[in-house]
Amino acid sequence: MIASLLNNLDTVLLVVFALCALAGAALMIVLRQPMRVAMALISTMIFLGGIYGLLGVHFIAAFQVLIYVGAVMVFMVYVIMLLEVRESTGTRYSKLLWPGVAGFVLLVGVIGISIWRGLRVSPVSTVPPAGAVQPAATGDAAFGIGPFSVAFLNDYWLHFELTSVLLVAAVVAALAVIKVARRSRHG
Amino acid sequence: MDRTLLLLWLAVALFSLGLLGVIVRRNVLVMLMCMELMLNGVNLSLVTFAQQTGTVVGAVLVFLVFVVATAEIALAIPIVLLLVRDRRTLDLDAYRDLKG
Repeated sequence: MIASLLNNLDTVLLVVFALCALAGAALMIVLRQPMRVAMALISTMIFLGGIYGLLGVHFIAAFQVLIYVGAVMVFMVYVIMLLEVRESTGTRYSKLLWPGVAGFVLLVGVIGISIWRGLRVSPVSTVPPAGAVQPAATGDAAFGIGPFSVAFLNDYWLHFELTSVLLVAAVVAALAVIKVARRSRHG
Repeated sequence: MDRTLLLLWLAVALFSLGLLGVIVRRNVLVMLMCMELMLNGVNLSLVTFAQQTGTVVGAVLVFLVFVVATAEIALAIPIVLLLVRDRRTLDLDAYRDLKG
C-alpha cells in the first residue's frame, strides 16, 4: 500500500494539487470578503505552480509564483487594504446568478465531453501513458530554461520585444489615467 | 486516469469558474480576480498541450499571457481606484450608467 503510493507519488501529488486548486477556485465564488477571495486565489495559484513543477516546467512554476503571487496578487491585496470599502448589506451575487450557473454547467459539460471524446479518438492520447511513467525526465530535457530561452530569443524575438512594448504602454496608460483624474479634479 | 485528461479538465473547470465569477459576483475587485483565474486556467491548458506535444511554443505563449495579465492589472487597478473615489462603492450596480 505504502510502497505503491510512493511509486505513484507524482500522480498522487498531481491529483491532490488539482483538487486543492479546484477547491480554492470554488471558494472564490462563494466567499464574501474580497480579502478572503484574494487569499483563495493566491492558494489556487500556488497549487497551480506546484502542478507546473510536477510537470517538469520549473521555470513556469517560478514565474507563476514570482509574477502572479509576488506581483499581481500583492498589488491586489494592497489595493483591497487601501480601499477598505465596507460592502453594504446587499447580496454578493447579481441578478444573473441562475443564468450564470446554467451557463457554467453547460460550458463545463460541452467542453469536458469534447475533450474526453477528442482525447479518446486521437492517436496522441496513446503517447502520454508511455511518457507518464517518467514525465519529469522528458520534461526536463524539452523544457529547461535553456532550450526555452534559446527558442524564445531566436525564433520568437519579435514577441519578446512586443512584450516590452506592451509593458511600457501599460505603464504610460496607467500614468495617463492617474493624470487625467488629477487634472479633472483641479479644473 | 490519464493525467492529460485530468489537467485539461482542471483547466476547463478553472476557466469556467472564473467566467461564472465574472458573471455572478457584484464586487469589482472580485470580478478582476476571477479574470485572473480565467487566465490561469488557460495557462494550465497551454502548459499541458506543450507537455503533450513536446514543443516549446506553449511555454512562450504562457510567458506572453503572464505579461498580458500583468499589464491588465496595472491598468485595471487605477481605473478601479478612480471609480471608487468617484462613487465610494465597489458594487457594480452603482456603475450602471457606464452602460451608455
